[in-house]
Amino acid sequence: MTDTTDTRSHMPLGLAQRGYTGVIQHLAAKQAGSALSDVELESRLIELGFVEGARVEILHEGLVGGDPIAVRVDSITIAVRRREAMAIIVA
Amino acid sequence: MELPLLHLALVGTPNSGKTSLFNALTGSRQKVANYPGVTVERKEGFFVTPLGRQVSVVDLPGTYSLRGRSPDEEITRDFVLGKATGETVPDLVLCVADSTNLRLTIRLLLELKRTGRPMILVLNMFDIASRRGITVDVERLAKELGVPVVTSIAVRRGGTADLLALTDEISAKLAAEPQENSWRALSVSELRATQREADRIIADCVSLPASPDTWTARIDAVVLHPVAGLIVLALILFVMFQAVFAWAKPLMELLQSGFDVLGEFVHATLPDGLLQSFLQNGVIAGVGSVIVFLPQIIIIFLFILLLEDFGYMARAAFLMDRIMGGAGLHGRAFIPLLSSFACAIPGIMATRVIDNKRDRLTTILIAPLMTCSARIPVYTLIISAFIPARDVWGFINLQGLVMFGLYAAGITSALVVSFLIKFFMLRDFAPAPFMLELPDYKMPRLKSIAIGIYTRAKMFLVRAGTTIFSMMVLIWFLASFPQPPAGSTEPAIDFSLAAMIGMALAPLLAPVGFNWQIAVALIPGMAAREVAVAALGTVYAIEGGKEAAEQIGQVLATKWSLATALSMLAWYIFAPQCASTLAVIRRETGSWGWMGVTFTYMLVLAYAASLVTYNVAVALAAG
Repeated sequence: MTDTTDTRSHMPLGLAQRGYTGVIQHLAAKQAGSALSDVELESRLIELGFVEGARVEILHEGLVGGDPIAVRVDSITIAVRRREAMAIIVA
Repeated sequence: MELPLLHLALVGTPNSGKTSLFNALTGSRQKVANYPGVTVERKEGFFVTPLGRQVSVVDLPGTYSLRGRSPDEEITRDFVLGKATGETVPDLVLCVADSTNLRLTIRLLLELKRTGRPMILVLNMFDIASRRGITVDVERLAKELGVPVVTSIAVRRGGTADLLALTDEISAKLAAEPQENSWRALSVSELRATQREADRIIADCVSLPASPDTWTARIDAVVLHPVAGLIVLALILFVMFQAVFAWAKPLMELLQSGFDVLGEFVHATLPDGLLQSFLQNGVIAGVGSVIVFLPQIIIIFLFILLLEDFGYMARAAFLMDRIMGGAGLHGRAFIPLLSSFACAIPGIMATRVIDNKRDRLTTILIAPLMTCSARIPVYTLIISAFIPARDVWGFINLQGLVMFGLYAAGITSALVVSFLIKFFMLRDFAPAPFMLELPDYKMPRLKSIAIGIYTRAKMFLVRAGTTIFSMMVLIWFLASFPQPPAGSTEPAIDFSLAAMIGMALAPLLAPVGFNWQIAVALIPGMAAREVAVAALGTVYAIEGGKEAAEQIGQVLATKWSLATALSMLAWYIFAPQCASTLAVIRRETGSWGWMGVTFTYMLVLAYAASLVTYNVAVALAAG
């Protein structure tokens, strides 16, 4: 899943600020630096509804370093650390 | 002819309302135990269908997939596949979905279908979905999925009638021959394809309103605010602790005096001798010392269950995750650790909310370092006897300062130990990233809460009670045998095995400044920390036991040096002086090994802390 041909500014969700809204373009587990293996991280993200085309919005941030973040993914809200959110590429 | 018991299994994602459906179906006819060899709660309940079929239903741990990434999820997978040891393959799987949030459950259901088990999709919380303007074409959904679909409202009387009727209908024609199981672990691309398929089906069968739940958004605007959220959390905890200490106290005192009266009655009724001593000091005092914790346990679980049902627990974990992460603790460890200030037993039981094994184990290991309420009588006695009640820097009471220092030492050491565990002991466990669903808020239901408290209180009394009781009997035995020779004027405990052990231990405890009387008192103190106070009274031959605490203080002030007193305080911060806690650790971890680890590390810490305290105090001429 690499669609680098799209010229709109792709960015990892882990860098987005509170209030950001966007659509998931693809998952890039390698970029996250998570303690989980790439396959495991990608699987878990999909299981929580982070799939291509899903609408995301950052609703809330934690106190220390704006971490973790509460993300609206279509119809549910998921709390995730920014480190893992680096794997979610949005635009 | 009596039909055989029908076996149902409830499967669903976390927050799908699985447990409230389980409670609605079974009421209080529940059995809570652990799966063999793991610390996963096994909940089974029983009911009878409208057509009179006897049904057993197992509430399986919530999961998002059958991959089995934690012990809980492995149980769910193995159970459904019929591979769980000692379990019957379920005749029918009820896949429970939160009707307001179908995406993740529909994907799970598509995966479950491959196991070939007969299945029903239960659209739970259908009333909330309708109220929010979500409409589901149930017939079409059933056709697309190839699985019967039924709606339910677990929290309403009669809300499961359709489900019960369908269960009867399906169980009557269940095929005798087992269906093909084509399930295997999904690859990432299959997982993605399954989610796409689920999204397509939902798009065809479900119409969603444009706006999400506004109440949840409004509450979260405050509760998840970086600053306001932490203030709200602090307020909730303040109320919770007030409740645990203040509300529980009269009940605990009532129970305690009840057991005292009962003990006195036995004392007065039976002739002096072994039977009297066994019943009064072994059975009644032993069991009583456990049961007095029941009000605290009920109140803590009342709060935990209320907050969990409301949907707040996930928010508390969100707020605390980064703050506790520095010490290697998961956000969810927060409530269990705070509960441990009342008593480590409910705290350790509350670690069940932590789903990752490593995080749960770390939390269990450090929970006894939190200063529990049983240490307070010991601290108070020694502080009031040895620390002068004067002000330092004009406004701080020295006695209060020492008390605060003891609490702070407990917390600090817990954080340090957690940090060390993270780096040295549990490195092999995959660390849990913090990925958690923040469910919509829901009004907690009285019935669910009541059932939850009832099952936990019962579990505490029955399971922990048996282990604790046997330890109490052992300690009574050690403190009572052999009997003193006729006509002796020394306290009876001086002749006992406990005294022999105490004397034998005395040389080991001499470097930390403990005399043999302290060593002897520490043994009955294993039953419960505060018992050491009464035991000191006994060995120093003071009449009146517990009531004479003030008098004990005066005697100690003349018999102990300040260094010994300080050493004793340091000892009590760390010492694993509580048989009940050890018994609960043994039960919750399912392992004698972890109980041993806890006992050993705390003992080592206690010894080291006392050794340092005593020698520093002696060097500063407090000896």
